[in-house]
Amino acid sequence: MKAVRISCLAALLGIYACAIGAGVLTRGGYAQQDREHAGERPGAVHWLGTDDLGRDRLVRLLYGARTSLVLAPAAALLATALATAIGSAAALMGGGVERAALYLTDVVSSTPWFFALLMVRAVLPLNVDPALSVAITFAILGLLGWPQGVRPMAARSGAMIHSEFLQQARAAGIGPMRLLARHLAPNLAPVAAAHFWATLPVFILAEANLSLLGLGVAEPLPSLGNLMTEIRDFQNVAQHPWLLAPALLLVAVMGALQAISQPVRSSYDCT
Amino acid sequence: MTAHKAAFLFLLPACLFQAPLSGQPGSELRLSLRHDPRSFDPALVDEDAGETIRYFTGGVLIRMNRVTQKAEAGLAESWKVSPDGRKLRLKLRAGLRFSDGTPLTTDDVSFTFQRLMDPALNSPTGDAFRSSAGTVAVDIQSPLEMAVTFPAPVASIERVLDQVAIQSARSALKERAVAGPFALKEYKAGAFVLLERNPNYWRKDAKGQRLPYLDAVRFSIQSNREMESVRLRRGELQMVDAVDPEIFDRLKAEPAVVAADAGATTDVEMLWFNQANGAQLPEYKKAWFRSREFRQAISAAINRSDIVRLVYRGYAQPAAGPLPPSSVWFNAKLRGPAYDPARARRWLESAGFRYAGGQLRDAGGNAVVFSIVTSASSNVRAKIAALIQQDLQTIGVRVNIAALEFRSLIQRISETADYEACLLGMVNVDDDPNGQMNVWLSSSANHPWNPSEKAPATAWEAEVDRMMAAQSSSADPRKRKQAFDRVQEVVEEQAPVIYLINPHALVAYSTEVRDLVPAPARPHLFWNIDRLSLGNSGGALNARTAAAR
Repeated sequence: MKAVRISCLAALLGIYACAIGAGVLTRGGYAQQDREHAGERPGAVHWLGTDDLGRDRLVRLLYGARTSLVLAPAAALLATALATAIGSAAALMGGGVERAALYLTDVVSSTPWFFALLMVRAVLPLNVDPALSVAITFAILGLLGWPQGVRPMAARSGAMIHSEFLQQARAAGIGPMRLLARHLAPNLAPVAAAHFWATLPVFILAEANLSLLGLGVAEPLPSLGNLMTEIRDFQNVAQHPWLLAPALLLVAVMGALQAISQPVRSSYDCT
Repeated sequence: MTAHKAAFLFLLPACLFQAPLSGQPGSELRLSLRHDPRSFDPALVDEDAGETIRYFTGGVLIRMNRVTQKAEAGLAESWKVSPDGRKLRLKLRAGLRFSDGTPLTTDDVSFTFQRLMDPALNSPTGDAFRSSAGTVAVDIQSPLEMAVTFPAPVASIERVLDQVAIQSARSALKERAVAGPFALKEYKAGAFVLLERNPNYWRKDAKGQRLPYLDAVRFSIQSNREMESVRLRRGELQMVDAVDPEIFDRLKAEPAVVAADAGATTDVEMLWFNQANGAQLPEYKKAWFRSREFRQAISAAINRSDIVRLVYRGYAQPAAGPLPPSSVWFNAKLRGPAYDPARARRWLESAGFRYAGGQLRDAGGNAVVFSIVTSASSNVRAKIAALIQQDLQTIGVRVNIAALEFRSLIQRISETADYEACLLGMVNVDDDPNGQMNVWLSSSANHPWNPSEKAPATAWEAEVDRMMAAQSSSADPRKRKQAFDRVQEVVEEQAPVIYLINPHALVAYSTEVRDLVPAPARPHLFWNIDRLSLGNSGGALNARTAAAR
C-alpha cells in the first residue's frame, strides 16, 4: 500500500506542477485561437485536439486544472473550517448557543440560494477580470458549503466531551486550549476530512453550474467545470472520447488525494 | 462486488439511454418549450413559449402560409382591405364554434379587436394596430359579416391578423375557449403543457375528415438543448426547433431523425452599446459609445465570416442589416460589413483615439476596455463573444465577457441600463418592417441602445422615427419600401446596432412525423400543425415498437 501511496503522491505532484506551471510548459495562452485549425482531432501538434474556436484543448486543460485544483480545495477548506468551528462551538457551549447554532444551520440550509446568488451577481461589477471572477465564485461556494458539516461535527464533539479520556484529561488539570488542540481537534479530523472530500468535487462541478447564473468562470478562462460541460451529450463523447480528459483528470486527482490521506485519517480514528 | 452488482452497474447506463419501446400514445405529438409560457391569454403573449401555445390553440381570421408567404383563409372565408389600409371587411365561415361549443360570430371578432385596442390591457399583439391614437370602429352587419375601421392605416394587415387569436365574448371558459386546432387540457408549471384536439376545429381535409389528425400535443419544459437532442434521439421528443449547429451536425447521422436546414431566417444576432441617457457609466465611456466612428470601427474589426464558419459551421450568413439579403424588404444598396481591422484603426484615430504599447486609449488617456453582457444559457453566444474578444484585441480594445442569467440580463438592458455592450439575438416572426416598430421607434421600450426616449436624442433617430411611421401608415408597398430602405441606410451609416449574422433555421424531427415541411419563417416546424400526423397514428404500430414485440 505504501508503494501505491507514493505513486499517487508522485502523480498528484506531477499534476499540480503541470497545472501551476502551465504558463511555462505551453506555448500561447488558453485564449489563443488558431482559427484555421479549429475542431481538430488529437494529433502531433495538438495532443488533445482543438476546440471549436481553435484553442488547444491540452493547454486549456492545464490552465483549467490550475483554476479548479487550487481554488476548489481552498473553498472546501473554508467550508470545512466554518462547519468545524460552528459545530464544535455549539457542542462545547451547549444549551441556548447549541440550539441557536443548529437553528442557524437549518435556516441557511433551507434558504433558496438561487436568488441570493442572483443578487450577488447583481452587485458585482461587469468589468471584472476573469481571475477575480473565479476567485469570487469559489469564495461564495466556500461560504455557502458549511451547513451540511455542522450537525455531524456537533454530534462528534458532543460525544467527545462526555468521553472518559477527555474527563480524565480535565481531571489531570489540562487547560481548555491544550484540551482542544491535543485531544478534541484530532478526534474531529475524520469528520472534517469527510466533509472536505465530499465538498471538493461538488464545488468543482457547482462552479460549472454557477456559470449559468453568470457567476462561474468567465470566457475565455477555462476551469475543469466549464471544460466538462462538453461531455453532457453522451453521443458526442462516444464520437470524441478525448473530451473525457477533464473528467478523467478530476477522477485521478480525487483518487490520489483519497489514497494519500487514508493513513492519516485511519490514525485519527484509533485515538 | 458480486457479479450481479457488476452486471447491474453496467446495464444501468444502457437502460438510461435506451429508447422507450412502449407506452407511447398513438397520436400524441411530443415536443418541448424552453421555458414556461408567461400567459395563456393570446392578447398578452409576449415571448416564444406563449407564442407557440397561441399558434397551436388560437383560431385566426387569416393564416400566412410559411412556405409560399401567401395569406390563406382561416376563420374568415373572405376579406377585403380598403385602398387606404384603414378598413377591413370580413365574412366569416358559417357554423364556426369554439372548443367549448359556443358559437363563433362577428361579436367575438369585435370583442377581440376591442380588447386588443384597450390601452388598459396594453396588449403586445395590439401594438401593430395602434400606429396612431383613436379607437377601432366595428360595424357588424350580420353574425357572419362585419367591417372594422382602424384609427390609422394598418400596413400588411394579413400578416398582423396571423397573430390575432379570436377570443370568445360569451364563453365562461374565457381564454380557454379557443378556435384553433388544439385546446389546453393540462398545465403543470416547470413540467409540461398538454393540449388536446379541438373537436370543433373548422378545417377539414380533402376527404372531408375533420382536422387536426393528431389527438394531443405534449410540450415538455426543457431548457437544456443537449438534453433536447438526446430526448429526440431516444424517441421521447419528435421535434426540436432552433437546433445548435454542433448538435445539428450530430443529428444528421441519426437514422430515425430528419435534420433539415430550412434556409436563412430573418432572425439576427447583434451587438450594441449602451447609449441610454440614464446609463450608469463614466462620461468618457458614454462618449465612446456615442461616437459613430467608434461604433463603425468595432463593426469593421469583427470577422463575421469566422463566426459563420466556426460557431455556425456554415449554417448562417454575415448580416448586412436588420433583414437578410433574401428578404424583399432588404435594401440592395447596403454595402454590407467588411472585415477590415486597418480601416477600424484609422476610424479610431480619426475620432481622437491613440495607441500606446498596443493598447487603445482615448483622448483623455483612458484605456479602451468594456464588457459585453450576453445570455449565460447560450453556448453559441459564448463562442461569438470569445471570437469578438480576440478580434477586438487586434485593434487594441480589451473586452471582458459577462454571461448573465437571462432575466437578469433583460433587467439590465431594459430597466436599469447597467451594462456597457450587449450581445443578443432578435427574432422576427416575418420580414415585414411593421414587425420592427418596437425596435426602431425612439419612444419604444425595446429600442435597444436607448429605450423609451422622450424625444429622439439625435437627428438621425428622428429621421428613423419619421420613416418608420411613414411605412407603417402607408398601404402602398412601394412607398413603404422606400421608407424602410432609408431606415436601413441610416442604420448602416450610424451603426447603433452592429449586425453580426443571420442564422439558418436548423430543425430536427422524427421520421414518424408525416407531412412536415420545414419553413425558414417561424414557426419553422409546425406551421401546418393541423395537417401533421404520426406514422403510428390510426392504431398502426411504428416499426420500432413492432420489432420490439
